[in-house]
Amino acid sequence: MSTWLLLTITGLGLGAMYFLIASGLSLIYGLMGVLNFAHGAFITVGAYASWWTEAHLFSGVHSITLRFLLAALMGLLVGGVFAALVELILIRPLYNRHIEQVLVTVGLSIAFVALVQGIWGPDPQAFAVPPWLHETTTIAGAHIPNDRWIEIGTAAVVLGLLQLFLRRTRYGLIIRAGVENRAMVQALGIDVRKAFTLVFAIGGIAAAVAGVLSGVYFNVVGPDQGTSLLIFAFIVVVIGGLGSIGGSAAAAVVVALTQQYTNYYASAGVGDMVVVLLLGLVLLARPRGLAGAVVGARA
Amino acid sequence: MKRRQLLSDWLVPLAVFAVLAIVPELHFSIPKLFDQPISSPGTLQLLAACVLFGGLALTYDIQFGYTGLLSFGHALYIAVGVYLSNIAITDWHWNFWVAILFTMGVAFVLANVLGFVSLRVGGIAFAMVTLAFAQAGAVLALKDPHHWTHGEEGLGADYTRLPHVFVGIFNTKNLYWLALGFLVVVFFTVRWAVESSPGRVWQAIRENELRVEVLGMRPHLYKLQAFVLSSTLAAGGGIVYMLLYNGSTLAVTAPNFTLALLLMVVIGGAGSRWGAVLGGILYTYLNDRLVSVGSSSAVEGLPHALRIPLSQPLFLLGVIFILIVFFLPGGLAGIVGRGRPSGLRRLQEAIRPEPSLTAPQEDA
Repeated sequence: MSTWLLLTITGLGLGAMYFLIASGLSLIYGLMGVLNFAHGAFITVGAYASWWTEAHLFSGVHSITLRFLLAALMGLLVGGVFAALVELILIRPLYNRHIEQVLVTVGLSIAFVALVQGIWGPDPQAFAVPPWLHETTTIAGAHIPNDRWIEIGTAAVVLGLLQLFLRRTRYGLIIRAGVENRAMVQALGIDVRKAFTLVFAIGGIAAAVAGVLSGVYFNVVGPDQGTSLLIFAFIVVVIGGLGSIGGSAAAAVVVALTQQYTNYYASAGVGDMVVVLLLGLVLLARPRGLAGAVVGARA
Repeated sequence: MKRRQLLSDWLVPLAVFAVLAIVPELHFSIPKLFDQPISSPGTLQLLAACVLFGGLALTYDIQFGYTGLLSFGHALYIAVGVYLSNIAITDWHWNFWVAILFTMGVAFVLANVLGFVSLRVGGIAFAMVTLAFAQAGAVLALKDPHHWTHGEEGLGADYTRLPHVFVGIFNTKNLYWLALGFLVVVFFTVRWAVESSPGRVWQAIRENELRVEVLGMRPHLYKLQAFVLSSTLAAGGGIVYMLLYNGSTLAVTAPNFTLALLLMVVIGGAGSRWGAVLGGILYTYLNDRLVSVGSSSAVEGLPHALRIPLSQPLFLLGVIFILIVFFLPGGLAGIVGRGRPSGLRRLQEAIRPEPSLTAPQEDA
């Protein structure tokens, strides 16, 4: 029972990161039709920006918790700005040329990982976090590391904020309408391009959150950490249905829990295989993903 | 007209391959381009890798440039060639030729099964699905449940069971000829395939899939054909890779391996035979040589901010790639064939977001 609980909470913590990455990917794809390979770079930017500022910019701050929080906020800021710049400089000039947009993000992801390796070396860097994050809380006999709660809580907050933003604000309305039918939104005289930069910035911030959290989860930040998380986020996006935030959240939980349980109860590595199998099954049964009926309605 | 056709179809390729074939017999050196004389094993090893990747890039171009399928999982089939042949020879002690036949058979069946499933979706979703399958293969090779691949250590080939002509540093020129042979086979197979009638359907699918369907043909089957041909040839290239590098390492299973092929094809020119080959050769050469440029004395003297990007070949190649996508969508081959839409421009219709959202083709 206690093992099961530990696995579940850890799985949810991992699912939280998958969701944070997948939500941005899914929104960007839903609105612009761009599979954003550079999302891995956004994760890395967030992680390295907070690691670097924690060690250099905020080294005078005494309380480690405050220092960590400040560094994390810097990570989000840099991640969001970086993503918005990528959209403005690299994606926007290729408007409506999807294949080129995808290829540019592929090139960016490769060049960026190489650049980070060139500057800080290929080895992962130790990421200092408040010690209480690595202490455990005992619940029903299970010793659960505290950082799992932070990951789950943060993802829940981001999910709530995203839903609020999408449902209650004018820009959210434009984005939702754009996902449904972009041509119609433009025909109504709304400049949908502003929304493009916005979803990139939002996706970049969410990915940077995932980057910081992955630094907490793995204790280190590494140049290719983003890429490995990105692959599972892709699976989550396909299973959840492209363009659906709720679908991404549900799929992230399903994928991460399946992965954790099978990796533990079967053997290490089997979980990753089962997730891919799950993807195959979903595609055979429902090629548009779990929430695909909603998205597919526009086709 | 007929004579020109003969020239471009046979004489030019044969002349190019003949020139490439005498390379191991050139005993002089080219100072800036290569550190050692051309016929030295070190240079030949690099040249063999260049030629091999020329062939591998061309196998990827069957899917990407000719059929309009953006796969992120091509590395899986190369890895099958690299690993399975080695496992059969080194772990199971099979005869070399039996192992090769077995590997090609498995690659063919695997490409049919996985291709059938992943081609149920189109466009970007297809890219993600192929990426996921390749990742499953990468995890399998890393975790090594049966102690066949030796995980991160990699699996060195048992050289006593390999044909002697491919073993040892003095036989590097044989390996070069083997790689060149692979390139020649792929080159002529691709030309025959894309000019056959199914090959024309592949290109029609790239231009306008809906129209192919309206004409009463099943795009799904034709796409599967292209996918299987491309993947099986790639597995053959994987076997050459295993012989060239004397074993198998996890590098061939990484997602970046497929992305490298994509970079090669786009840099050279998608949907162009010579373009893809040239892209593969140039990319491999630059990836190897730029490292030594980065550590050369000229670069050492540069300020920090310039030296770091220049010491990372993948950074430079990534930037070159982005520039090509922006300013030269036909790739290097597009410089020659100006005026006609080429390369990425022809892929506009194939990889739009919409096909992934439309209903899948029912073949049942």
